[in-house]
Amino acid sequence: MHSHSTRLALVLTLALTGPLAQARDLTVVGFGGATQEAFDKAWFKPFAAQSAKPVVQDSYGGGLAKQKAMVESGNPTWDLVQMDQNEMELACEQGLLEDLDHKQLKNAPEVNPEAFSECGVGAFVWSEVMTYDPKKFGADGPKSWADFWNVQKWPGKRGLRKQARMTLEIALMADGVAPADVYKLLATPAGQNRAFAKLDQIKPYIQWWETGAQPLEWLAAGNIAVSAAYNGRIAIANQQGNHFPLIWQQQLYSMDYWTIIKNTPNKTASYQLLDYILGAKAQSDFAHAIPYGIVNSKAIAAMDEKTASALPNAPANMKDALLLDTPFWVNYEEDLMNRFTRWVAQ
Amino acid sequence: MTEARFEYGFIKVGFTMSVSSIDAPACVDTLAVAHYQSSRRKRWVSMLLLLPLLAYTCVFFALPIGMMFYRAVSNPELLQAFPTAIRTMVDEPAKDSTALPTDRVFDALEQDFINAPSNAVIGEAARRLNYENSGYRFLVMNTARTYRTPLANPESQSARERLAAIDERWISPQVWEDFRRASPAYTPYYLLAALDLKQTDQGVAPVEESQRVYLDLTFKTLKIALIVSLLCLLLGFPFAALMVKASPALQVLLFLAVMLPFWTSLLARTTAWIVVLQDKGIVNTLLLRFGLIDHPLPMIFNLSGVYIVMVHILLPFSVLPLYNVMKNIPPHFMRASASLGAHPIRGFMQVYLPLTLTGIGSGTLLTFIVAAGYYVTPTLVGSAREQMLGYFIAFYTNTTVNWGMASALGLVLISCVMVIYLLAARLVGIRQIAGLR
Repeated sequence: MHSHSTRLALVLTLALTGPLAQARDLTVVGFGGATQEAFDKAWFKPFAAQSAKPVVQDSYGGGLAKQKAMVESGNPTWDLVQMDQNEMELACEQGLLEDLDHKQLKNAPEVNPEAFSECGVGAFVWSEVMTYDPKKFGADGPKSWADFWNVQKWPGKRGLRKQARMTLEIALMADGVAPADVYKLLATPAGQNRAFAKLDQIKPYIQWWETGAQPLEWLAAGNIAVSAAYNGRIAIANQQGNHFPLIWQQQLYSMDYWTIIKNTPNKTASYQLLDYILGAKAQSDFAHAIPYGIVNSKAIAAMDEKTASALPNAPANMKDALLLDTPFWVNYEEDLMNRFTRWVAQ
Repeated sequence: MTEARFEYGFIKVGFTMSVSSIDAPACVDTLAVAHYQSSRRKRWVSMLLLLPLLAYTCVFFALPIGMMFYRAVSNPELLQAFPTAIRTMVDEPAKDSTALPTDRVFDALEQDFINAPSNAVIGEAARRLNYENSGYRFLVMNTARTYRTPLANPESQSARERLAAIDERWISPQVWEDFRRASPAYTPYYLLAALDLKQTDQGVAPVEESQRVYLDLTFKTLKIALIVSLLCLLLGFPFAALMVKASPALQVLLFLAVMLPFWTSLLARTTAWIVVLQDKGIVNTLLLRFGLIDHPLPMIFNLSGVYIVMVHILLPFSVLPLYNVMKNIPPHFMRASASLGAHPIRGFMQVYLPLTLTGIGSGTLLTFIVAAGYYVTPTLVGSAREQMLGYFIAFYTNTTVNWGMASALGLVLISCVMVIYLLAARLVGIRQIAGLR
């Protein structure tokens, strides 16, 4: 009887304290899907092989909740995390991320200085562009965001990401606002009302997506006719036998960042992986795996014409392009997101 | 009749016991005491056996709900970032709500910025103040950034002038009114916002028409849950009756039919429905091929999709309690009603249906409560208009990290479910719903 209960107590104690005592493997977290597959191919697998240390992967859909919970509880379970720029700024303000120490990164001098921020370093440049179902419209598809609104000429459902950021910019550009004036206008109540009024015009036609893979699945399944989508996802879908066109005109682009969670026990290993990622070869491998822009200047200079022309920041693709204004979104995101979420549900 | 008796069952038991203790002879009393004492040890042992369950309930049920109540009213952000400024404001209140605070408040605020324990504390205060008016985040963060480097000649001006030089909103009465409203340790802000209300100088008032959303959303959530549970009842009642009547082989088959989806992952089932119901899905392809329709019927990513998928997923919650009740109804009751000359419909209405009421009550209530908390399914198979309260709770928890708002909405949802539970308990009786009778 006694030995039984002692053993039981021992097992319970081990079960409860085991996870705490155990050293955790380096955990990197991305937004999943085709982009993370490219991370894995170009960065995580080669690094794991080279360092002979396992790299554990996780994915999430953005937001700060998990980071906040793990930093506040003092038990970080993530190490290196992909974040979009404004969420990185917010997380940095709230003390959820390590300040980036350039001295730990041997490859830092090769990296474009603009890619560095207080709490992170650029992972890649991405772009949201328009695409459509070529089976419906052939080569004669919509060419601008104004055309996106024209449901008479190009009938069918429209795919947009279910968030205020980018959607409001698209609405203003569709309403004829020049890219340079978009954020000036969006900072005013009149400009915000104008964006929502424009969205009202096609609200019944919009099918909102939340993960980067959805719009391409829906286009392939015939559920939607025209959509905004990430250029990398479109390229991957086209590699798999589709022929979705990329309309670079009026593209929206920004950079995603690598960040290190505050007080993680794997800080050294995180910097090692980050340094590997920033190396010229690893950067070039990534751009070949998925056409997103890279940050290592050497790798950019050495890139062949075909790969370079598919990147968001290729000169030919930059006509009327809109760089997402991160300081604007840091200030207004919460308010506009609340309004947007309410508007969507009405 | 039966309802009334069950409802007052507790009182009746108490009453009988007290009567017996007055009337009974003394020896019975001592016997009872002896029995009580001898069983006390066993009672302790059984209490000990219950201890893990009690601890589990406390840690994983009572504590989180308590935390949720607390988060819905707790408001520590400004107090943590600006403790001296707020204390000085309380000590030296401004003459009226439109007046600026005294110079000592400005001094204290400056000191708070200089002595901030960490950027994180200021960041949290900026986030909280931004709820009052967007733009305050920048005001606070920019001021904090300026104070991070030592000031050039701090003696030349007052703190009020220095703060105004950084951002002149610091000398706007509106900012200070909002600051004052956001500063107490506890706030009704989140709970009011969850009910489309806000605090103003004149007291509580509804928010502007264009901003109202949560009351509608709550009604929509309850409406979807109600319709889903009624549909589950309509489908589940004959199904459960058939299960009772069926031969053992068919019974196994029917049981599997209702339980198999219950054992499959929720996401897999939901995704399977998308494949079945989408424009180029199985159903639409078949209907088009047989020429029954010209255009694909929109069955998914709208309200009908939400109903179809939720009813399918929640059907077991209705069927199983109904089956449980129906299998205990002796079959000769209906035969007896027929032999007394009742038409089958009358027999069903007056004999069978009343006996299944407890199953109907508990099944429908269970379905309703589970349905009211749904959010993954409506997100995946509904359009943006079919989002339920759960979606907004997840939105505030994960996306904007506004846990006060998430807790307040959670509280609204729990309150609605509790009210409906208590109503049902009054109508059907709490013990029947719990399956104790």
